[in-house]
Amino acid sequence: MNSLREVHRPDVSFRWILMICAWVAFLLLTGFFIFLFDLGFPALRDLGFNLLTLEWNPPLKVFGMVSFIYGTLLTSLLALFIATPVSVASAVVLSELAPGKLAKALGFLVEMLAAIPSIVYGLWGLFFLVPILRETVMPFVQKFVGFLPIFGGPIYGVSVFSAAVILAIMVIPTITAVCREIFANIPQVQRDGMLALGATRFEMIQVAVLDSSRSGIFGAMVLGLGRALGETMAVTMLIGNRSELDFSWFAPGQTMASAMASEVAEASGTHLAALGMVGFVLLLISALVFYSTKWALKGSGR
Amino acid sequence: MISRDLKSRLMVALCYALLALALVPLLSILYTVISKGLPALSLDFFLKTPVPVGEAGGGIGHAILGTLLLILMASAIGVPLGLAMGILLSEYPKRKTARALRTVVEVLSSVPSIVVGLFAYAVIVKPMKGFSAHAGAVALAIVMVPMIARSSEEMLKLVPTSVREAGLALGLPRWKVILKIVVGGSIGSLIVSVLLAVARIAGETAPLLFTAFGSQRWFQGLNQPIASLPVTIYNYAISPYEDWHEKAWGGALVLIVLVVGLNLFVRMMWTKRRSTRS
Repeated sequence: MNSLREVHRPDVSFRWILMICAWVAFLLLTGFFIFLFDLGFPALRDLGFNLLTLEWNPPLKVFGMVSFIYGTLLTSLLALFIATPVSVASAVVLSELAPGKLAKALGFLVEMLAAIPSIVYGLWGLFFLVPILRETVMPFVQKFVGFLPIFGGPIYGVSVFSAAVILAIMVIPTITAVCREIFANIPQVQRDGMLALGATRFEMIQVAVLDSSRSGIFGAMVLGLGRALGETMAVTMLIGNRSELDFSWFAPGQTMASAMASEVAEASGTHLAALGMVGFVLLLISALVFYSTKWALKGSGR
Repeated sequence: MISRDLKSRLMVALCYALLALALVPLLSILYTVISKGLPALSLDFFLKTPVPVGEAGGGIGHAILGTLLLILMASAIGVPLGLAMGILLSEYPKRKTARALRTVVEVLSSVPSIVVGLFAYAVIVKPMKGFSAHAGAVALAIVMVPMIARSSEEMLKLVPTSVREAGLALGLPRWKVILKIVVGGSIGSLIVSVLLAVARIAGETAPLLFTAFGSQRWFQGLNQPIASLPVTIYNYAISPYEDWHEKAWGGALVLIVLVVGLNLFVRMMWTKRRSTRS
């Protein structure tokens, strides 16, 4: 018995080493919540519910983060609204329509879109996309529906809308990838059945592919939402960094991530603590979105 | 009424058109970065530090070196940790720790990178009272760990159970089976998962903004702020100077070549391995 234990001793220590590494991950996750809350606590103590007001003005020591939360949600939802149809159509082409080799090549390009760093999207957005939006797209929209408050006001170029467009481009590969996986899990019989019934190619896709993966597509959208909420650099460069709530989408704004990116390095005292609270809230929101993703993708074979 | 056939054809065309629309930004980004970045490149660009605004010349060699250093330091922390987690997940999947770890790793990989930066700020920068290369490396390592853990788990799971059983049947202890046979046999695919994580952190900016911060000089020490390529691109891009914008494009070109190059290399390695195996 003793000799057997002797033989297995290195096995046990090896397992323990792995376990310790796993514990580092647990500590890290708890550490996130504890340290961010600790960083933000002075703001909570001094300001209390004043953190949930509209105005954010560091020189006056007024720190309400609602306009950031609004900016984050608005840019992310707008981005999803633009990206979802494009992504679903792309996934349909890649997994249903394009012949093998073409699908492979196109799929590779879509994956490359995900590999480009956020900062490069920001640079391209600032010097290429924003001028196009400012000179062409925004005046065009304003000409026809400018009476709506969301499209009103002066055009700066950097705006909530520009940030949403760049975000949409950035979440397309994420949503497309999940949709492709979901479509790949649909049994071939289902497609053959539709075609045998005399359906056209598109009717087959509509019924056999899209209708049966509705919950999966929703899950893919939630996953994309998670990506969009925390996206920082490209948004910071395109949104204009103005901490005032403006209902026009063509006006500059601020998201939680962009507020941190543009202010933490110079902040101190209550200002820093308030930004810590912003980080804590963003952490909570992304954890919440993570669990929704899990729940939404549960039934779709992922 | 349009015939059903025509409608089907139209919708198929629409799907193709939307995919093409999704790819326009990719081509436009590659074209713009190359056409605007190439003129900025010169020997000085790689070998010199910035000169005062208004003077011609200078470069961002310090930022390129800084990024390489940060990647090295982050990998030194992140690669062993991530691989250990990947091994635990794939080799001891029924253990309670492994089950809990799977969820924790997923949550960690969903934490926005700017929040990771703020965490490193709270843990390292604030107590040490200053931006430092240490803080930047730790932040990047935290981004790396869940990525490597997840992908290395996938890679190790590809090793058939029969191989493990064969090793155990020959009387090898479990740790030797895992390290020598399972890990040793998939070393190529593990390198792939590490390189993908390196490609990802090479372009990460948000975790570095208020940890490694930035600098105008060559390496000053690990407890000092250090320049990195992405943060330098950011600072130059939002500056009002034409010359700095040009340098930002040059930096973006270097970054794209690094990141896309790594991705292409990994892909080529991966398909080659698979084709020789099957």
